[in-house]
Parts: sequence; C-alpha cells; structure tokens
Amino acid sequence: MSEQYPALLVIVPLLSALVVSVAGWVNKRWCFPIAVAALSVSAWSSVGLLFRVLNEGVIVYKLGGWSPPMGIAYYIDYLNGLVLPVVSIVALLNLISSKRTVEQQFPDKTGPFYTLYVLMVTGLLGIVVTGDAFNLYVLLEIASLTGYGLLAMGEERAPLATLNYLYMGTIGACFYLLGIGYLYIVTGSLNMVDIARLLPPLYQSKAVLAAFIICMVGVWLKMAFFPLHAWLPNAYTFANSASSSLIAPLVTKVMVYVMIRLMLTIFTPKFVFNTLAVHDAVVWLAVIAIAMGAVLALKERNLKKMLTYIVVAEVGYMVGGAWLGNRAGLTGAVLHIVNDALMTLCVFLVVGNIVYKIKGYAFGDLKGLFAKMPFTMGAFVIGALSIIGVPPTCGFFSKWYLILGAIQAHQYGFMVALLFSSLINVVLFFRVFEIGFYEPFSDHEGHEHHPAVMAEAPLTMLVPLYVVAISLILVGLYTGDIVNHIVQFVIPKGFM
Amino acid sequence: MTDLISMVVAKYNYWIYITLMMIGLYAMIAKNNLVKKIVGMNIFQTAIILFYVSIGVKKGATIPILEHGHGPNAHHVVHAVDYINPLPHVLMLTAIVVGVATLGVALALAIRIYNNYNTLEEDEILAQVREK
Amino acid sequence: MKIIGLIITVVTGALLIYAAADFPAWSDPASPASTYLSPHFIEKTMEETSVPNIVTAVLADYRGFDTMFETTVIFSAGVVCFFLLRISRREEEEPETRYYRHVLTGVTIQLKEGYKMPPSADFERIDAVWTPPDLIIKTGCRILIPFVQLFALYVIAHGHHSPGGGFQGGVILGASVILLAISHDLRTAVRRMSEKLIGILCAVGVFIYAGTGALCLLLKQNFLDYSALAGVLHVDPITARSHGILIVEIGVGIAVLATMIWIYNNISSAGRYRQGL
Repeated sequence: MSEQYPALLVIVPLLSALVVSVAGWVNKRWCFPIAVAALSVSAWSSVGLLFRVLNEGVIVYKLGGWSPPMGIAYYIDYLNGLVLPVVSIVALLNLISSKRTVEQQFPDKTGPFYTLYVLMVTGLLGIVVTGDAFNLYVLLEIASLTGYGLLAMGEERAPLATLNYLYMGTIGACFYLLGIGYLYIVTGSLNMVDIARLLPPLYQSKAVLAAFIICMVGVWLKMAFFPLHAWLPNAYTFANSASSSLIAPLVTKVMVYVMIRLMLTIFTPKFVFNTLAVHDAVVWLAVIAIAMGAVLALKERNLKKMLTYIVVAEVGYMVGGAWLGNRAGLTGAVLHIVNDALMTLCVFLVVGNIVYKIKGYAFGDLKGLFAKMPFTMGAFVIGALSIIGVPPTCGFFSKWYLILGAIQAHQYGFMVALLFSSLINVVLFFRVFEIGFYEPFSDHEGHEHHPAVMAEAPLTMLVPLYVVAISLILVGLYTGDIVNHIVQFVIPKGFM
Repeated sequence: MTDLISMVVAKYNYWIYITLMMIGLYAMIAKNNLVKKIVGMNIFQTAIILFYVSIGVKKGATIPILEHGHGPNAHHVVHAVDYINPLPHVLMLTAIVVGVATLGVALALAIRIYNNYNTLEEDEILAQVREK
Repeated sequence: MKIIGLIITVVTGALLIYAAADFPAWSDPASPASTYLSPHFIEKTMEETSVPNIVTAVLADYRGFDTMFETTVIFSAGVVCFFLLRISRREEEEPETRYYRHVLTGVTIQLKEGYKMPPSADFERIDAVWTPPDLIIKTGCRILIPFVQLFALYVIAHGHHSPGGGFQGGVILGASVILLAISHDLRTAVRRMSEKLIGILCAVGVFIYAGTGALCLLLKQNFLDYSALAGVLHVDPITARSHGILIVEIGVGIAVLATMIWIYNNISSAGRYRQGL
C-alpha cells in the first residue's frame, strides 16, 4: 500500500469530505469522527511518505497512469516531504481541538463546516504535493474558496473582511495563472520539472521575466507579504476561532512553500540569483515587512489582531531568508515554515480557548487570566517564547539560521530587522503576560477584586494544545537532526 | 514603423486581453461599490481566458474533434497541423468553473454584508464600522 | 484610491505589453505551445483512449485529476453559499401575513397571523414581494423545460463525439430547474427538488468521479487509471478508458446540476426559502 501513499494523502480527505457532507444531512454526529479519521489517514500517509523519501529519494507518482509531461504527476522530494506532515498534523490537531468551539458557534451547520474544513486541508495538501503548475492553481482555488467560506463565519465584520480577502486572493491566484500561461506560451509545458528543463535557453526572454514577476506578485498577495498584506489582519481577526487557527498557521506557510518551489524548481536558482539578481531588493522589502509587522502589532490593543500582525512579520522572515541566496538563509526559511506553523497554531489555539471561555480577546478581557486558565496560559508562554526566539524552543533555531544567513550574505539590514522584531515580540508578549498575571480579574458587571475561579477549557481543547506546545520544544531539540537529514537536501547544488 | 504595425497586427489578441484585464483590475481597485468590484473581478478572469484560448489558435486548423473516429470509414492517420491545440481549452474549462464558483461565493458574501449594513457602498460601510 | 488604482493598472499593463513583444505571433503553427505537447494529444488520443473529441479526452483522462478538483471547486462553492446564507429551518419563521390568489379570477386575499387557509386547488400561495408572472410565461416554460432537459442529456451523453460533456450538460440541466424557479417561484422548485436531495446529489456527483478513481486504485493501478476498469467492464483497456470518461462525465453532470440549483436557491432567496424569488 505504501506506493499509493501520494494518492491516499489527498484522496482520502476528498472522499471523506463528500461523506461528511452527506452525513451532515443524515446524522450530524457522524461528521466529526469521519473528519478525524480522514485527517488521521492523511497524517499517517504524509509521515510514511517522509520516511520513504528519506530512504529512497524523490518519489514520482503518475496520476491516471500517464507519464509526465502528458499527464499530471506528483513529485515528493525533501522539501514537500517535510512540509506535508506539518500541514496534515497541524490540521488534525486543530480539528480535534475545535470540536467544542464548532458545536458552540454553529450548532446547525456542523456538517458544512467539517466538509469545508476537510476540503480545505485537501487543497493545501494537494498544493504541496503536486508537480504540475496548473494543478497547483486548481488546488489553490479549492483552498481559497473553502477558506473564504470558513473565515466569513464570525463576527459582524467578518463578511466584509473576507470579501476584501476574496478580491485580493482572486487577483493573486489569477496572476499566478497568468504567469503559468506565459511559461506555457514559451515552453509548451505545464509540468514543473519539464518547464525547468526547457527554460534555460529562454532565460533572456522578456516573457519569462514577466512570468516570474507576475507569479511572484501573485504568490506574495496570497501570503500577505508587505505591502500586499492589507487583507490579512481583519480577515483572520474577525473569523471564528476554529477557522482562524486552521488558516493562520497553514495558508501563509503553504504559500511560502509555493514561492520556494517556484524559485528552486521551476525557475531554478541560476535564473533567480544570477540572471535576475534582484534578491537584494527583495530582502530589503522583507526588512520593511518585518519592521512594519512588528510596529503595527505594537499598536494593537487586541490579542488576536496583534497575533495576525506577527504572522505578517513572520512572512517577512521566510521571504527574506529564501531570497538571501545562501545555504544558511534557505535552511532558516524552510525550517521556519515548520516552526512558524507550529508556533502560530499554538498561540491561535490559546486564543480559541480564551474565546471559548471568556467570549473576548481584547486586552481588557485578559485580566487575571493566569489564575483563571493556568494551563492554557502555560501553553501560551511556551508559544510566546518560541515566537520571541528563546532557546530551547524551535523559534530560536530557525531565527539563528536566518541571522547566520544574513551575516554571510552581508545583509546587515535583515539581521537588524530580525533582532528588532524579536525585541518588539518581547515587549508584545510581556505586556500580555503582565495583564494576565497582575491585573485582577473583573467580571462584566465591573466588580473588581472578584476572587478568580479556575475555569479551564475542556480536556479536548487542552490536550491538542499541549501536544503542540511540547512539539515546539521537541522540534527545537531535534533541529540538528531535521537539518542534517532533511533540510540540507532541499538546498540545490551550487548554493554556498 | 512598418515593423511596429506588423507587430501590433500580428498579436492583436494579446493587446485586447491586456486591455480587458486592466479594465477589470482598475475596477477592482478603484470602484467603491462592492458589486462593481465583483464585476471587475469577472472581467479580469475572463481576460485570462481570452489569453489562454489565443494560445491555442493555429492558422488553417479546425476544432480538435476528429472526424470519422469510429466506424467503417475510420482513418487513424491524423496530422497535428490540421487541428488546433486542445490543451488551452481544457485548462480554460477549469478556469471558467473556478470563475463561476468565485462569483457565487462573492455574491453570497455581498448578501451577508448587505444584511449587516443595508448598503453595498464601501465608504458608507466603513463609516458605519467606525461609528460603532 | 482612484489614482493608486490607475498607477497599478498602468504599471501592470506596461509590464504585460512589454512581455507580449516576445510572444510567438498569434496563430503561428510553429509556436512552442503548438509543437511540444499538443501534437501528441492530437495524434495519439484516438489510439490511446478511443475518444474522437480530443478536448474531452484530455479533460477527463490525461488531465482527469485537474477536472476532478474542478468539480470539487464547484462543490465547495455550493457548500460555502449554503454555509454562509442558509437560515436554519428552526429559525426561519413563517411570515406573519400570507397572500393567496384565486387562480381563476386573480382576486388576492390576505391572511393575518394565526389564520390558516383550508387546502384548496382554487387558491395558490403568493409572496408579498414577488407576484408570479402570468399564465403565458408559466405555460411556456413548462413546455420548454422537458426539451431543455432532453438536450442536456444529449450534451452529456454525446461529449465523446461533439462539443459537450458533463459540465455543459450539467449546467443546462441546472438551468432548466432554475427556469422553473424563475417562472413560478422558489417554493415550487424546492418542492420538485428538495434541499436535502440537492445537497446529497452534489456530494454524490463528485463521489462518482473520485470513487471511479479510487476503484482504479483498488484494482491495483494508479489513481484514475481507467484502464484498470477493463476487467470489470469486460472490454479492452483502451475502450475501458473511453467508458471511464463517460462514467466520470455523468458524475460531473450530476454534481454541476445540483450545485447550480443549490447556489441559485441560496443566493436568490438570501437563505430564506419560504419567501424567496
């Protein structure tokens, strides 16, 4: 069965999403178990695939039995071999944790919610696993459309924020599609490896240059790279917590993966760093992204919105790292995809727990929270330390590689931006700790000094949270192994 | 000059697609009404369809459906130059479906917004949001 | 915003025009797109899949995986519209006042809350905001709809030999039911095809497609490799591909039919089926 893992990874969630949808009409109680089972199979297959890649190298799976470039093929190498388990496990943990929230927020619509949830994960996994440039676009649209549906169910302002996201997301996806069209018109192929093979004689062509620019802008729009980030904070803040804690950790990270895939596989580093040579400018853009993300986060008096700006800053980390054009920078960027997905999941799950119990996430609602929800806040501390970059949490190590890469590339601006944003993160999170720890809890009638009663979130929400929090430390401790066995094979030959 | 004219004439489909696409993009950025933006989005997506379909065109070729594929008169020697490129058409069938799906979702969102604010003008909605 | 929009538009347009200078001339038979992959599709489709319509063969077989997700895209759009708009049956209250019209004379009567109309064939329920169109339109559409549906079935079934296939046929089928809803009212259309039926049909349509692929997997071939169905269908592997395409096209047709109606129902009535257009 293991040779069918690439298909199972995507097909099992797809088929189960359809079954969940029917179950929603027949008996709502079946939806959740089916969804959990489907994502468990995906997680199992993705881990199995990673081990197969470690043993055998690149895996090619021909869909429909047609050899590429005629048909569509899946390519699993070290890069997506590493990203796939992250996506599927994050989605699974969040699904388990969100059961209570979903039942609380839309008791009548659990069927469609789980259908969209599983479909979205299908889309994200498909984006990561596919080796066909056009197939990636179709899956991108599945992930986006279901994402719009999930995000729009929330507070009063959620639909407007989501509609803005939809406009931006559609422009982004269409730009990507157009870029692929430009590549198709000059090469005649849609398969990523095949395009890369046909491109070198065309490196001087204006069409290839335009294709690269359009694809990059499209992908940056989708990942909310500053200054194209405007849609992200509102869309993520006003959404329901079950959706935002799926989408915030995964979508931006998967889009960073797509960017790295475009740079390394389709256009090859030779074109990006030698023929084009604009990487300095992009790194400076990343510097601005990090700085602006940090400053805008400082302005917010609202935990969830503050976290969304941190997501914007983290996108800057990864884009900058990938464009540094050296071994350490790329290692840091790839490692940060994994780490940032876990860190963001951790803090958004915390927000989910707080919203479930307190029904609010403004700073004023957080008073006395350490006494009220000690376990949740304990996990929050671990997540926050990781985002700040304190060893031995994993955030430290990817930041270490990024700074190392910045020094090697003589990009001191990027290094300063990383340190500056870490400093701001310290301020941001300790402000939250202070409110949660020292300010007394007050209920909504305003009776101060009310003795704080412990009202912790249920176990189904705490266990996934702690799995994530502990994995933050474990991934940190095993960073060396991940780099030596997986990430270093991602980096193409000729990188310093 | 003649070079320029011949280039303009030789690629007029591409100029039309760029014009259409920019009309759509401008509408999406600059228009105030949310539904007008959705219309702009549709023009934008349709322009890309025009671009792809233009790639598939071949001078002197017919639609990619083989005549006498089956039956007693079936002849299996087919020359590629006689039929236009089928691949862009296949891709655009997908893009059309994606366009329809996006349109449906966008309209659903617009209805939700209208229910909340009783208007679809973006500045009026933002004014209401600021008041709260 | 207008100036920013203009600047972005001009810059993007300039980039695209700049790049278009390097394109091969329009309709050039020697362009890379026409000489690299497409000759294989054009020349080999008949012997590899036994389908004369090359677009259908590429759509549902060579790139069948794309098309499966394309169907999923439309399915997810249907689910999203339902998820966002539909007001749950418990919360959706009956309108306070109802209107009934005497079919023969056209006299309209109004019933206040609490009063009920005895079941009678002489009166028909009408909406407060929407007066159903007249007899000519209703009768005309009722005559038209069966022919529209017949044509849709032809389009689906004949997709191997002529332009057409699951998407086109499914849309026409969906349009026939939407026509019923427009010419009468939403309640009539929902009575013919209930919400639950539509919701299940959407999923069943996509399931037929993905399930066919999964069946190939169980028969020890790669996903969507229809030649694996040869043993089940008792034909040679190439004809099996042709039959496989027909099966998935039927699935696509069902999914598109149901989703079109589902999206229309939810958007036209903003989720309130009892009072919709």
